[in-house]
Amino acid sequence: MSKEKLIQRYNAAERINHWIVAICFVLLAISGLAFFYPAFFWLTGVFGTPQLARIVHPFVGVVMFLAFARQFFRYAHHNLINREDVRWMMSVREVMKGNEVGDIGRYNGGQKGMFWLMVLCMILLLGSGFIAWRPYFATLFPIPVIRIALLVHAASALALIAGIIVHVYAALWVQGTIRAMVEGVVTHAWAKKHHPRWYRQMTGDTSAAD
Amino acid sequence: MALQSLDILRRSASPTPAPEARTPTEIAKLIDVSVCIGCKACQVACSEWNELRADVGSCIGVYDNPTDMSSQAWTVMRFNEVEQNGTLEWLIRKDGCMHCADPGCLKACPSPGAIVQYKNGIVDFHQENCIGCGYCVSGCPFNVPRLSPTDSKAYKCNMCSDRVAMGQEPACVKTCPTGAIQFGSKEDMKEVADTRITDLKSRGYDQAGLYDPQGVGGTHVMYVLHHADQPELYSGLPKDPAISTAVSLWKGALKPLATLGVAAAGLFGFFHYITVGPNRADDDDGHHDTKTEREDAR
Repeated sequence: MSKEKLIQRYNAAERINHWIVAICFVLLAISGLAFFYPAFFWLTGVFGTPQLARIVHPFVGVVMFLAFARQFFRYAHHNLINREDVRWMMSVREVMKGNEVGDIGRYNGGQKGMFWLMVLCMILLLGSGFIAWRPYFATLFPIPVIRIALLVHAASALALIAGIIVHVYAALWVQGTIRAMVEGVVTHAWAKKHHPRWYRQMTGDTSAAD
Repeated sequence: MALQSLDILRRSASPTPAPEARTPTEIAKLIDVSVCIGCKACQVACSEWNELRADVGSCIGVYDNPTDMSSQAWTVMRFNEVEQNGTLEWLIRKDGCMHCADPGCLKACPSPGAIVQYKNGIVDFHQENCIGCGYCVSGCPFNVPRLSPTDSKAYKCNMCSDRVAMGQEPACVKTCPTGAIQFGSKEDMKEVADTRITDLKSRGYDQAGLYDPQGVGGTHVMYVLHHADQPELYSGLPKDPAISTAVSLWKGALKPLATLGVAAAGLFGFFHYITVGPNRADDDDGHHDTKTEREDAR
């Protein structure tokens, strides 16, 4: 592999942005799961004390939301779902066997679906987290509203955690993907196999037509 | 107030059972609003015994002062003027923790041991374990717990658990000059309530009754009300209090559901990887199926 051909997929700013979100997510998941599951309460120890975990959690949440918002504006236009993506989603079983389906552009149907799931979760988490945030904002809301916010916050957080597990697994499964977010590059072979239309756009090489 | 001289029945965020051998009697505080004269001696006794000092408030046109419970005021008298049966009635209620048999605060609390329920029925906050999330405030159907603005910990009436542990009545009971607040075993208090209700009924209060709401499994602070059919008259005492559905879902159904979802995602990934294997694009020429020799199973 001395002279492998590479394509840049994410520049340095995008990678830093992604990993800020990822680190925030891990901190939030650790503290959030501790507040949700009594059996995981010991995870608050990661933050020093349970009180500190409670204090820090919402601030990290705001950082994550802001960093994610930057990502949203970077990638939203790449994630508009088209007919090709629907076809991809319908044949997801075939995809899971390792056989690509359709003339995929920068992102496939699964990635786009994940993008919108994350957007939805982030909006719900920010809104409900703001409502439940003590001691600063919760006092502005009536208790029945806070109750619903706490339920929505937990439910959307767990949906996001499950989603992130899929996101991470997909990156591990499709080999060469992690490199895109660590070094910023992917190989031509990777692009041609998984994102043929994006590959053609990037290289002008038309041999990868479907 | 971590006082371990009372046996614990339930402990927040602690799914395994508490020690079960000893079975002390259930206690209750009975507040007879028809005998209360609104002197606020109970407020003062509470503040004295528990060494609390709420800020000096100002008159807001009614007798309520402090106007609400706080980390420094665990019980407050609420005064309400209503017209009933063609006459003006001045209804006075001593508000504070109801010590539910099924406490919403304890159910909501995420911190192990920050809220405990003693076997005698008292629900107590152990502030050293409190993390200040305010979940208890949302869990409570009576809007009782209050977060302190100085230390961000939740406080409420603990029924003078330290006094009760030593065989004494709560400070408010001891000080009440009219006997409107009584204390004893829950069974005895129900009997006392019955005689009071009979008396009230004989004096024209047909709807007199005991407030011991079953939606929260009954309470260990009970009221004798002249209008038990309309508890809302008493400064918004809820008619049919119960732990809210949102809290029950959040602390109930969502947990197994979420566990299933997250575990399914993780396990799916793992088994997918060890069965299908990684998705590689290791050749420049694309379309290249890796053939693996297999030994056919016979």
